[in-house]
Amino acid sequence: MKNEWPLWEVFIRGQHGLNHRHVGSLHAPDAEMAIRNARDVYTRRNEGVSIWVVESRHIAATAPGDKGPLFEPSETKVYRHPTFFDIPDEVGHM
Amino acid sequence: MATPDNAALFQFLLRMGDNTLILGHRVSEWCGLAPVLEEDIALANTALDLIGQTQLWLGYAADVQGEGKTADDLAFLRDVWDFRNVLLVELPNGDFGQTIMRQFLFDAWASIMLARLQKSSDQTVREIAEKASKEVSYHVERSAGTVVGLGDGTEESHSRMQAALDYLFPYVGELFLSDEVDVAMIQAEIAPDPASLRAEYDALVAKIMAEATLTVPADAYVHKGGRSGALHTEHLGHLLAQMQWLQRAYPGCRW
Repeated sequence: MKNEWPLWEVFIRGQHGLNHRHVGSLHAPDAEMAIRNARDVYTRRNEGVSIWVVESRHIAATAPGDKGPLFEPSETKVYRHPTFFDIPDEVGHM
Repeated sequence: MATPDNAALFQFLLRMGDNTLILGHRVSEWCGLAPVLEEDIALANTALDLIGQTQLWLGYAADVQGEGKTADDLAFLRDVWDFRNVLLVELPNGDFGQTIMRQFLFDAWASIMLARLQKSSDQTVREIAEKASKEVSYHVERSAGTVVGLGDGTEESHSRMQAALDYLFPYVGELFLSDEVDVAMIQAEIAPDPASLRAEYDALVAKIMAEATLTVPADAYVHKGGRSGALHTEHLGHLLAQMQWLQRAYPGCRW
């Protein structure tokens, strides 16, 4: 479908100090319209103070088929979680 | 500065509120029908902004009228001959391009008018203008961008946008006409002389149409009768029938 506008991924910063978070995607002919569309689709209930858009094709992603070698090895390495230290009581919640 | 006569102020507020009400209703007719989902949501947002502005204008109009009415009474219980919107906003939507062209031609005027009204001698007018101005700045950015995109687009989108401009442009002149209501508003420094907005408007339209590779018609013919209430088009009655039927069929109905 060459008549379709390209797909864009939308990231919104909910408030100052927070990170931009991926909220969804939409179609638009160019970056400027993608930002306008994102404003209308994703911030109409006062969700954001900043918008990023990036064309979906520019995102490099892991392949679902590679999840064995990529992610499974870390499942058995519980020692990588820093849960084996005794925290003195006076430190409180970390 | 003359003290404004309430009857003239009421008429001025109806003109402002009826423009946004009728255009808001027209734009809402696209809900669920726009060519792409993103435009559908954007148009619905615009419609809601316009109807929100209507609540402010007609709410103040009802206060000035002093008959204990509300914005809803004015919106839903007046008939065609009581409406004071310009003819431009009551015209049918046509195709998507015509809707967007009408939106730009209105937004361009509204953005200039609201900037001037922020200097009004009337505090409520000033406050409404300030609030509406932010919404309209976005509307005009969006509609101008889409006019350029479609005008300078494919052969088909270009010819549809040129046809829309040719059809709608004779309805633009009414925005700049004036009568005794305007004279009263100018004397009370509540609103500017409508004609004084024309140069800025023409410059903005010329700039956007040049980017859109569209030709602004030279013909200066002006369709009028809406803002004075003398003669609306046949289309307004049909619009009101749809917009008002619930209050007409079930008077006083609330939910």
